[in-house]
Amino acid sequence: MLDLDLHILRGQFELRFKLQSDARVIALIGASGAGKSSVLHAIAGILKPRAGHLRWNATTWFDSQRGVFVAPHERRIGYVFQDSRLFPHLNVRANLDFGVRYVGTRERLLERSKVIDMLALAPLLDRRIGYLSGGERQRVAIARALLTQPQLLLLDEPLSSIDRSHTAELLPYLIRLRDELALPMVYVSHDPDEVSRVAQQVVQLSDRGATCT
Amino acid sequence: MFGLNEAEWAAVALSLRVSLVATACSLPLAIAVAAVLARGRFPGRSLLDALVHLPLVMPPVVTGYLLLVLFGRRGLIGEWLYDYFGVVIAFRWTGAALAAAVMAFPLMVRAIRLSFESEDPGLRAAAATLGAPPLSVFMRVSLPLAWPGIVAGAVLAFAKALGEFGATITFVSSIPGETQTLALSIYNQMQVPGGEHRLWPMVLLAATLSLLALLISEWLVRLHRRQDAG
Repeated sequence: MLDLDLHILRGQFELRFKLQSDARVIALIGASGAGKSSVLHAIAGILKPRAGHLRWNATTWFDSQRGVFVAPHERRIGYVFQDSRLFPHLNVRANLDFGVRYVGTRERLLERSKVIDMLALAPLLDRRIGYLSGGERQRVAIARALLTQPQLLLLDEPLSSIDRSHTAELLPYLIRLRDELALPMVYVSHDPDEVSRVAQQVVQLSDRGATCT
Repeated sequence: MFGLNEAEWAAVALSLRVSLVATACSLPLAIAVAAVLARGRFPGRSLLDALVHLPLVMPPVVTGYLLLVLFGRRGLIGEWLYDYFGVVIAFRWTGAALAAAVMAFPLMVRAIRLSFESEDPGLRAAAATLGAPPLSVFMRVSLPLAWPGIVAGAVLAFAKALGEFGATITFVSSIPGETQTLALSIYNQMQVPGGEHRLWPMVLLAATLSLLALLISEWLVRLHRRQDAG
């Protein structure tokens, strides 16, 4: 259950956004500049909203009235960035294992070998980041996020940095993720067609707030 | 080689020791100060920035004198160091290292700070979402990515320390075998009537050492880049 009521203010940009949803895969769509990424940043804790609250199941991550703000590294969120943000000084294997040491003793639902298998990463493990294609980068980024055992996966236009002919190659991986892992996701996209294949609930972000369909 | 006598080789060895100790000891502090200046937004930041740069713009003799006032046997810090630890640094080679470190510090901080400032903040955010607390993000992402700047800063500081003259001679004087570094030794030789012919070997060696330092730094940075690429 995602329950958020956010007032985000960043320079000239202002956004008020409310959402309560039980859907396992929520898609946020809207024109660029509507604030989709800002909402994801706020959920992850990279951006601190000016006011409002943000709850995930029984946990409060942010509540301006009670003065609660949980730091991003304590939220157990997986974040797949638009530009993948792999660490250029590490190879694929080290990127994948970056977050593993912070998982601690909590239950590891996502096995390393299974994740590597599912995203077909075995042949890439020893490669340097500079030698990966756009689609490969995003697969590594998704696996890296999954291996931190997140309770919620945020995907910020994971297909947009990949050229059109290769998006068809990555989409099936995302659908497998949804069906095989039963992992809750918030998926941001500007492409209604892409969204209709992945999401259960679609939330449209416009200049003024949000509408659900 | 170079036709140097024993005393002159001792000056060279002392110079290398002073410069190495100065560079190695100030590097952690320089990294911390560079990170604070690159990222921090706090009152007094401009003051800290100015303070760090002071030895670069002040006459070296002034820096040397201030060091003497602070770290001399009767100095504010020097007296305390002696009373509690029995440590004396004025007129010792450790004092020469301190003078060299202070003089080279601004150059070191500048190079490292540039690296931190050019870092992509997106990578830090990504590391945080992977569960890394702020200190881990710094150690595992920012620091390795700033490596070329750190190497450049360290080598620059080493070269500067090797040639440090004004603050050193003011603070620790020019004692053969204790504080007379290569630069001071060259100066000393110039004062000897008809001693110029002994100068050239040392001048040549000083130039060679500086050039070597620059080449090594260039090589280290290139090695790093090659690792990044594949």
